[in-house]
Amino acid sequence: MAEESVKLLGYWASPFALRVKWALKLKGVHYEYVEENLPNKSPLLLRYNPVYKKIPVLVHNGKPLAESLLIIEYIDEAWKQNPLLPDDPYERANARLWAKFFDEKCVPEVMGAFASKGEEQEKAAKARENLKMLERALEGKPFFGGDKIGFLDIAVGWIGIWGRIVEEIAGVSLIDAETMPLLTAWLNNFLEVPVIKACIPSWHELLEHNKGFHKILTGSST
Amino acid sequence: MAEVKLHGGLLSPFNYRVVCALKLKGIPFELIKEDLSNKGALLLKYNPVHKKIPVLVHGGKPVCESMVILEYIEETWPQNPLMPSDPYDRAQARFWINFAENKGAAVWKLFRSIEDQENTMKEILEMLQIVEEHGLGEKKFFHGDKIGLVDIAFGSIVHWLQIIEDIVGVKLFESHKFPGLHAWLKNYKQVPVVEENLPSRDELLVFFKGRYEKLQASARMQ
Repeated sequence: MAEESVKLLGYWASPFALRVKWALKLKGVHYEYVEENLPNKSPLLLRYNPVYKKIPVLVHNGKPLAESLLIIEYIDEAWKQNPLLPDDPYERANARLWAKFFDEKCVPEVMGAFASKGEEQEKAAKARENLKMLERALEGKPFFGGDKIGFLDIAVGWIGIWGRIVEEIAGVSLIDAETMPLLTAWLNNFLEVPVIKACIPSWHELLEHNKGFHKILTGSST
Repeated sequence: MAEVKLHGGLLSPFNYRVVCALKLKGIPFELIKEDLSNKGALLLKYNPVHKKIPVLVHGGKPVCESMVILEYIEETWPQNPLMPSDPYDRAQARFWINFAENKGAAVWKLFRSIEDQENTMKEILEMLQIVEEHGLGEKKFFHGDKIGLVDIAFGSIVHWLQIIEDIVGVKLFESHKFPGLHAWLKNYKQVPVVEENLPSRDELLVFFKGRYEKLQASARMQ
């Protein structure tokens, strides 16, 4: 059997790189992790991702792939054990649709609340409205994937960590147990799963890093 | 086979993508024209989160978002494949579809808003440049010798861009700047299913010019 090489170019404070790490760990894939010294992007990164010039990038047997959710779909197809997406096309469509909704309707609103100077509360309210909608996809299951962690769990899970960071730094509320009981219960569950928990960066380091980031974002806005 | 219904608007590029895929696969369906200014109750029931067309309803189950619908069609009806079979090539196809979705939005921005037109035009040119340089390579179509989902994704963007250019009065997609893409578009429009289902320039010009004038008028009133 040919030697398989799997490399992940990432950044320790990136939730998108974390998604890919979770996928690789859940599949039991051995990989080499390469930390990019952002914002100084390496020539390797620029060569591997000429279109977006961003991490994460997965390099499998020398062939690069970019965009975290697409990388996860690839990982699911290249390594068949412990499937992340369901078999049924309709269920797959739903998982993809909700992941798209999260990335396009929830994340920008959360980022908006984080980067805003003066409009945090309005943006957070919008973020809460959209995050609440995600509960429809849970429908009384322990995970979005059903009894086991699946694609949508990995896609959304990081909000449990970064959401709390935004709440603390920007002084807003994003996910609360009272209005989002299902989401809160799911997050508490998901983030405690050993293989998931083991990949999460240090809370204190993330908080400090994001405090610095927040100063830049709100300080330089005109 | 369970019934297939498509809720959509005839002149919508998103709707056209789905029609193209269904016809290429030879899947019979019923088109239910939705008047976008007066969305039917059924549409709102099927797409309560996004409230948008197109919505594909297969055996009573709704699928939303044109590119999610296209992957659903591909997975449900494997005949005449529109995506590569190799996982890496599939991931690359998804990458370009995702790119088309993200960057193609600039085309609608150009149509909808006079503000920031310079930047929007720059975005469109960058998108075209990247696809010209990195997307097509030496192939006739993105999918190879026959069209696939990536061709359908870009085809709808570029055909509608040509109309919007005329209406707004700008020249972006010029053949001397994008020879590869121009050659590809010519070949694409000659594919029988595309030719039969692509709304004509005249129809689109009349419809979109009308909408553009309304948008301009309401912008002036503010």
